[in-house]
Amino acid sequence: MSSILESPSRAELSNVHAVREARTLVVALAGNPNAGKTSIFNSLTGLRQKVANYPGVTVERKEGVWTLAEELPPASLIDLPGLYSLDAASVDEQIARDVLMGRMPGTPAPDVIVAAVDATNLERNLYLVTQLLETGRPVVVALTMVDMAERQRLEIDCDKLGEALGVRVVAVTAKQRRGLDELARAVLDTVGVEANGAQWRLSPQAEEEVRLLSGEDSSNRADALRELFGDALPEDAARREAVVSARARLASANPQWWQEIVTARYKWIERVAAVAVRGAHTERPSATERIDRLVTHRLFGPLILLLVMGLVFQAIFSWATLPMDLIDRGFGALGELVRAQMPPGLLTDLLVDGVIAGVGGVLVFLPQILLLFFFIALLEDSGYMSRAAFLMDRLMRGVGLHGKAFMPLLSSFACAIPGIMATRTIENPKDRLATIMIAPFMSCSARLPVYTLMIAAFFTERKLFGFISVGALLILSMYLLGIVVAIVVAWILKHTILKSPPPPLVLELPPYRVPNFLNIAQTMRNRSWLFVKRAGTVILTISILLWALMTFPRSPQKPVPDAQEGAAVQAARETGVEARGRPAPETVQTQEGASDEGEQMRQSYAGRLGHLLEPAIAPLGFDWKMGIGLVASFAARETLVSTLSIVYNVGKDAEAESPSLIEAVRNAKRPDGTPAWTPLVAVSMMVFFVLACQCMSTIAIVRRETNSWRWPLFMVAYMLVIAYVASLITFQGGRLLGLG
Amino acid sequence: MSFAYAAINHSDTILEPVESFATAPVSLDTLRVGARARVLAVRGEGAVARRLMEMGVVPGAPVRVIKSAPLGDPLEVRVRNYHLALRRNEAQTISVVTSEE
Repeated sequence: MSSILESPSRAELSNVHAVREARTLVVALAGNPNAGKTSIFNSLTGLRQKVANYPGVTVERKEGVWTLAEELPPASLIDLPGLYSLDAASVDEQIARDVLMGRMPGTPAPDVIVAAVDATNLERNLYLVTQLLETGRPVVVALTMVDMAERQRLEIDCDKLGEALGVRVVAVTAKQRRGLDELARAVLDTVGVEANGAQWRLSPQAEEEVRLLSGEDSSNRADALRELFGDALPEDAARREAVVSARARLASANPQWWQEIVTARYKWIERVAAVAVRGAHTERPSATERIDRLVTHRLFGPLILLLVMGLVFQAIFSWATLPMDLIDRGFGALGELVRAQMPPGLLTDLLVDGVIAGVGGVLVFLPQILLLFFFIALLEDSGYMSRAAFLMDRLMRGVGLHGKAFMPLLSSFACAIPGIMATRTIENPKDRLATIMIAPFMSCSARLPVYTLMIAAFFTERKLFGFISVGALLILSMYLLGIVVAIVVAWILKHTILKSPPPPLVLELPPYRVPNFLNIAQTMRNRSWLFVKRAGTVILTISILLWALMTFPRSPQKPVPDAQEGAAVQAARETGVEARGRPAPETVQTQEGASDEGEQMRQSYAGRLGHLLEPAIAPLGFDWKMGIGLVASFAARETLVSTLSIVYNVGKDAEAESPSLIEAVRNAKRPDGTPAWTPLVAVSMMVFFVLACQCMSTIAIVRRETNSWRWPLFMVAYMLVIAYVASLITFQGGRLLGLG
Repeated sequence: MSFAYAAINHSDTILEPVESFATAPVSLDTLRVGARARVLAVRGEGAVARRLMEMGVVPGAPVRVIKSAPLGDPLEVRVRNYHLALRRNEAQTISVVTSEE
């Protein structure tokens, strides 16, 4: 006999044998948010876990492999989103409930539910447990934070608690890996052992109604309770009739009749706690309360929030640039290598300018995404995130958004991609959508090269009152313009298509905890993988599409494809890889090569599109060459700079502050000989770039986060309209004022 | 089943008798910071009221006001040994009776 089988008792042994022959066990891990569920999950599964989405929604589905006993096939452990109640309020909770009840397509009903229960917060955590017991499924309670409870002089007797609940209770300290083996044994013992249900009773009148609905068979009680007190009515007409009239009778006796079931569960819980818990909660303020005296202080609270946000912003805005440049250069070098090794031709161009550049364009976002999710996970795990929402709620509510929308919006100033990914913490889908829809208005770092070029060309020397730089003022105005438009749009969305009452705030402020770095690493890994897998494919496709737009038809002067010409379509190559306007060092091209590039660009489909667009964009002050820039910058906003360089024959590698490009922009002429660019055109262009959704990666991520093409297309369309109108007002208004 | 289980089965009362209270019922949002009270009723309807109760704010539960956010809203209260933030709007729907310390 193996040593594993010697330790458990005889009864456990027989159970192990019974389980051995069976299929893979499915175990669901449920619990309140902050109950230590994720730590248990990570300790039990280690790195053997995979993350996907539940079908049709963006709720993460985390599944791992849990070795219950060495001689058994490992169980499949599903980590459910945190939930407070089976009467679901958020999408996360609905998903968790459906999985627990075996109603989630593609996910088998769990053989055992492990309920994580925070010992320091026993009563509220047991509320969910009473509901789990009522489902009649096998339940095991994993009691977490026992050490914290002891520090608060709370002593919980697991055996007594287990007796009172009618299920096995195991104390687990995930960090020290204590109690994990016991938990595995308890799960094996519980397979096939249905929970008895919590033994509470309603008022006599309500009990009578429940009895009428459930009939004489007491096993129907849970269903009857769910029908009577739940949100949804039964499908069957006669049954629905019975439930509706029962509700009416209860309501006529007591308008607050629906509260009874919640109150009854809590009364039962209080009795359970009285049996199992010794020692009272101390009146001494906890460490958390003392920290909060500062962190949510009237004055210091907002200051600390500002500092924390400044740090996060700094990280994604500037610390990320180094690894981004490295990725950028790496892919640039790889492209050159491939070009040098392969015979010149279309295939090489496609590989280098379409595929390699596209993959680089996806991966270049990773440093920002990793850094942002490092901070988000750190702030969530430590308990600070709820405080930030608490501090910001009043302000954000003014716009009709949730306090939790603050973090994603701030992140969007660096880049909308991680920002939009961070909206997942917002429970209400309408509030989340509204936040996603306005996130791209935050002026991201990819717009800076555009602003820089415009200001370098037209506003460098100008000063207001002799000392205020007009350029700096313009950039500031662009940031403000984005914010103001975002506020207005949020207000409109929240009062029209996303109409919903101001999001309620019933938010737990969990105790501060030392963050678990394994959890943080897992979050970072999972989020970046989801981004690469889902958004990456869309970005790559659009990148290749844009490459084709600028490559075909081939330039007539050069019917035979050659390597030089292939380089002419650099704009597509620079799909976001052109990190923050700093191009990769490449071979400097001759002026001749640059004019070939220009020729190719001008007569490609993109060039023709520019011509086609000219009548539409002429009222904004743009000519068809700028039109090419607008089309190409859809790959990534900063691509405008390299596209203009190509169109103006300066060579693709010109930077935003390159003198030759600035000169070319200043000297560019319209057919009638008037300058193409004026300061007013430059401002109009900047306004357009603040407001238009010129970013395929944003569209890809919105498509991925909303699981539909409807919302990203709506976003592109409405932002385009706003950008067009704003640019029109800028240019035409400016002309009326004689600024043109 | 165990004795504890049986003991729970036998008790039918839902509301514990509350101690004597010094004052008339008021709504939670009118309490000053630091005040202790016991929930008398949750008057709200719909999902928010339900969620508040599921979070443990049920009749009979002791609550204490910890603080209000810098702009005066939301409120932070302590209930069932944990901290809960809720808006004044929501707090208005919760009747409490203050208890003397």
